[in-house]
Amino acid sequence: MSAAMTQASSQAMSHAATDKRCDVSVKDVEISFGRHVVLEKLSLDIAQSEFIVLLGPSGCGKSTLLNAISGLLDVNAGQIWIGGRNVTWEEPKDRGIAMVFQSYALYPRMSVRENMSFGLRVAGMPANEIQKRVADAATMLKITELLDRKPSQLSGGQRQRVAIGRALVRDAGVYLFDEPLSNLDAQLRAELRVEIKRLHQRLRATMIYVTHDQIEALTLADRIAVMKDRVIQQLDTPQKIYREPVNRFVASFVGSPAMNFMPGRVERGATGATFSLGDLSIPIQGYPFKSPGLTGAAVLGIRPEHVLSGAEAGPNAFNAQVEMAEPMGADTLVWCRTPSGASFSVRVDSGPSIAPGDTLPVSFPVGTLSLFEEGPDGRRL
Amino acid sequence: MLAIRPRLASRLAAWVALSPALAVLVVVYIGCTTWTIWISMTASRMLPSSNFVGLRQYEALFANERWTVSVSNLVIFGTMFMIASLALGFLLAVAIDQRVRAENLLRSIFLYPFSMSFVVTGLVWQWVLNPTFGIERIGKNLGFADFKFDWIVRQDMVIYCLVFAAVWHAAGLVMAIMLAGLRGIDEDIWKAARVDGLPTWRVYVSIVVPMMGASFATASVLMATSVVRLYDLSVAMTNGGPGIASEVPAKFVMDHLFERQNIGLATAAATSMLITVAAVVGPFLYWQSRRRAAAGAH
Ligand SMILES: Nc1ncnc2c1ncn2[C@@H]1O[C@H](COP(=O)(O)OP(=O)(O)OP(=O)(O)O)[C@@H](O)[C@H]1O
Ligand SMILES: [Mg+2]
Repeated sequence: MSAAMTQASSQAMSHAATDKRCDVSVKDVEISFGRHVVLEKLSLDIAQSEFIVLLGPSGCGKSTLLNAISGLLDVNAGQIWIGGRNVTWEEPKDRGIAMVFQSYALYPRMSVRENMSFGLRVAGMPANEIQKRVADAATMLKITELLDRKPSQLSGGQRQRVAIGRALVRDAGVYLFDEPLSNLDAQLRAELRVEIKRLHQRLRATMIYVTHDQIEALTLADRIAVMKDRVIQQLDTPQKIYREPVNRFVASFVGSPAMNFMPGRVERGATGATFSLGDLSIPIQGYPFKSPGLTGAAVLGIRPEHVLSGAEAGPNAFNAQVEMAEPMGADTLVWCRTPSGASFSVRVDSGPSIAPGDTLPVSFPVGTLSLFEEGPDGRRL
Repeated sequence: MLAIRPRLASRLAAWVALSPALAVLVVVYIGCTTWTIWISMTASRMLPSSNFVGLRQYEALFANERWTVSVSNLVIFGTMFMIASLALGFLLAVAIDQRVRAENLLRSIFLYPFSMSFVVTGLVWQWVLNPTFGIERIGKNLGFADFKFDWIVRQDMVIYCLVFAAVWHAAGLVMAIMLAGLRGIDEDIWKAARVDGLPTWRVYVSIVVPMMGASFATASVLMATSVVRLYDLSVAMTNGGPGIASEVPAKFVMDHLFERQNIGLATAAATSMLITVAAVVGPFLYWQSRRRAAAGAH
């Protein structure tokens, strides 16, 4: 412990992360509580300085995976490697990690300063080094004036800053966040989100961040791991996850307002592949099918912001019946029906007003739509 | 106007509903207390008299050796009992909090003594500590011929026997209160402490105990009331003996009220106890209300 401490303390905070190896590998990890299997043969490789977001609905095992990486939870099988070391059976404090919790988990009877310094003091770090680290972290997080307050005298956002500060002073190579912002209101969340991103760019440390908020995931992540039902459904860049979701679950979980899904058939005719929605035939020539030549029942998915409408709709436009308009500030979400009765939404600029009963020319450009197998969990075609 | 009338009516209804309780409070508590204080300043002996003698009864009281022994016993008993029962109760709770298998069973066992009255507790411990057929006898039977454990019949030690029995009686209750407090602590705090690399004992000492102020306060108040009321344990276990070595103030009051027929002295003793309790509780309540007001201002 003390050897690791003195080594760490001889390094200045801002460049500490870059000269330590801090990649993380989760290898075939299995975790179950009694007979209830939470993670099944889960593997995940995280590169140095990468920002990974674990995204998924409540109860899908995100916290469980994070706790396994941090060492707060023992794995039933598999291994955890951090910085090229097998740490599967090491205590959290020896893994070179720091963690931030949803409930802040500050020590309520200690001042902010004590909260941040207590762990280091118990580990036997020299007082001047502790003071320097606390001061650095406090400056970085703009909490210097709060150092002598008790957690009960802070707002939620300030508490979470302190909790992040307590993690920062550990000067770890890997930072773990378990839904750090979900107890905060929308505005604070946006503010701290930027702060965390800035922190990552500055420290270049590896960060693993759990959330069920897809906006957080899209804005923060280098790569997102979308989890459901004990497994990672898709591990990819935010761009890829947003544009090419591997299945309907990922497609519907990521993006807001949610993607439209319309069941129909893939057909092949003289003009190439089309998707038929009742009487309507939408050209999908050039869609990158995984298995070429496929036909039959399928589900078309398209995001509201990708539907072209009005003058932009182009030659392939069809007329949709407007049912309802939801103004959302910068733009308006318009709910329409296809001639065959399928409901979908379109995002349009809040310019000319669109009223229920109007007809709106729209088209589904092939470059942005996705096709899935039938069924609620259908895979991408 | 119209808005005020229904409010007046509902307020009246509230007062009507409260009136029986209010009557009991005024007549029984305030009335009896005032009467007690008044009698303590008269020359009453067997029957109440209205012959005012000022503080003469109090002079007699504090010159009475039995009373001074009772008071010093109560101080020794109170201090040791409070410290020991809080400490033992907390340690038991911590032990059970380590997610032991037989948690429910252990909790019941520890809580069991509290379900017995002080009279039963006193009788049981009187037998256990009795030199002729208790622990001392067992030691001798085991072959330690000069084994001695006769605290209950020694004037200088008997009060510790009372402490022992009372702690045995109350520790389970303290444990239950403390365990509830421990379980109320956010799991994430433990996780954060583990990531911080704090040893378990350090987490308890520096983080958990300071968070358990409310549990300690609750347990302390309960323990303190049983200190002031201490009577039946002394009667059942030692009947104040040997000699007057385990006399306590409440027993002094009861004996003088009903056996020795000295109402004046008994009420003077009771009033002294009341003043002592008020002197302790009053500033405490004041301090608490100040603290609450300060907390509310934030
Ligand atoms: N200590 C435990 N004992 C038994 N089951 C548990 C325990 N902890 C978690 N689980 C179960 O494991 C599953 C995954 O839990 P986990 O806390 O990892 O979910 P999560 O993805 O973090 O959800 P959330 O977004 O609500 O925090 C859940 O079904 C939960 O019921
Ligand atoms: Mg969770």
